Amino acid sequence: MYVAVKGGEAAIANAHRLLADRRRGDRNLPSITIDQVVEQLGLAVDRVMAEASLYDRALAALAVRQARGDMIEAIFILRAYRTTLPRFGYSEPVDTANMKVERRVSATYKDLPGGQLLGPTFDYTHRLLDPSLISDETVEEPAAKEPGEHVMRVSDILDGEGLIEGDGQMPEGHVMGDLTREPMEFPMARDLRLQALARGDEGFLLALAYSTQRGYGRTHPFVGEIRIGEVEVELDLPELGFAVSLGTIRVTECQMVNQFKGSAKQPPQFTRGYGLVFGQSERKAMSMSLVDRALRTDEFSEDIVAPAQDQEFVISHADNVQATGFVEHLKLPHYVDFQAELDLVRRMRRDYEAMNSGETPKERQEAAE
Amino acid sequence: MDAKLKQESPPDPARKKAMGLLARATFDELNAAWETLADKPEVHPVRGPETGLVMVRGRIGGGGDPFNLGEATVSRATIRLSTGEIGHGQMLGTDRQRARLAAIFDALSQCAGNKADVASLLRRVAERIAQEERRKAEETAATRVDFFTMVRGDD
Repeated sequence: MYVAVKGGEAAIANAHRLLADRRRGDRNLPSITIDQVVEQLGLAVDRVMAEASLYDRALAALAVRQARGDMIEAIFILRAYRTTLPRFGYSEPVDTANMKVERRVSATYKDLPGGQLLGPTFDYTHRLLDPSLISDETVEEPAAKEPGEHVMRVSDILDGEGLIEGDGQMPEGHVMGDLTREPMEFPMARDLRLQALARGDEGFLLALAYSTQRGYGRTHPFVGEIRIGEVEVELDLPELGFAVSLGTIRVTECQMVNQFKGSAKQPPQFTRGYGLVFGQSERKAMSMSLVDRALRTDEFSEDIVAPAQDQEFVISHADNVQATGFVEHLKLPHYVDFQAELDLVRRMRRDYEAMNSGETPKERQEAAE
Repeated sequence: MDAKLKQESPPDPARKKAMGLLARATFDELNAAWETLADKPEVHPVRGPETGLVMVRGRIGGGGDPFNLGEATVSRATIRLSTGEIGHGQMLGTDRQRARLAAIFDALSQCAGNKADVASLLRRVAERIAQEERRKAEETAATRVDFFTMVRGDD
């Protein structure tokens, strides 16, 4: 018999009070400010913005602090916040060719217009723990040099020979989709897949990207270019009849270039995968571009033989807010479900034991009567 | 009436540029300019200030067809001066007071008597942005790799 139960209110209230205490930690230490999180844990903030699919550094920092540094919890909080706001409109597409570049590297060309700009990278560090960060030593000002020429897009250089496919075009008459407005449907067009990948979990996309490199849907990739920097966001104002700038956001873009042997429909060439992510996050942008290319099986008549090529598998499981919701709901009370299953297993066990001892199961006997 | 006609005028490059600068002005810059304004007009709210979302778009491959990248917070305000000019302010972030001040200066930019005040604010903002961008570009340029070739073999 099911008896409705109620209770736990006081326990929940006290648990949240305890959470607030543990979040604050030792009161003898100064409390961290949102500005400090934005400035000194900037890449955590960027990851939360990217996967919450909401660009706002201060709110993302607040979420990180509120979640005690639990990234997926922070992403969840920021996602929930965005549902409380009205949508003003859609921006003009950002122009990454005119990015104020803070880092740009290419693995395909050594000498290229704009050069290899390393920017603030972890690459080439020795990954040794740095004790100077314990004692809070004074940090040197960065070096400065006269800026060089415009940082040209690598895809524009390759394009000259006609050996590389162009920037992606959707089929004629395609209406751009928006995941936040329509339910997911498969097969899913590339524009929607990119939206899903841009907000997808970094760890999940990294693992899938890695799987393609290890042979599960190989794509023969080269990093044509990675660039990080600020781009302008423009919004069309109908009341004025023109688009105005709302300010700038930092994004990371990855152009993956993939060798392609050709198919019945297409000559041998370089194909491409694209990654674009809020904030500074080149691991995510690279993973996104590898997975984007792997998912384009229908365009290149490739067989779907690996998980990274299966769009329903990839897109349905890339969102960590959905994933954590479904996994974590298992810890909520399932007392009644479990009671029912317990009864069932007890019955099956009785049958099993009866069968093994050669007796006719009781139920069957009863049914026969 | 005059102000209304101005609203319907075709794209105005100077105003577009000014609104872009106002969107990047800090609260302190806007507020200081407002505080030092000799003869402050009366300001009536028309819409907002309010915070909402704009879906930011990217392009496939950087230059192809557009796709939805993700949203950004945006605050906006529309105000009317007692002299009739309507101003719009809109910018990334959740600072509604900044959006309201930006709207006021957008309206003031349409008043002949205030053009100089607005121009001086815009100059300050543009100079700060240029300086920040210059510094960042120089710091980035210092991390540019200068390749040199190692000579191998007998010669």
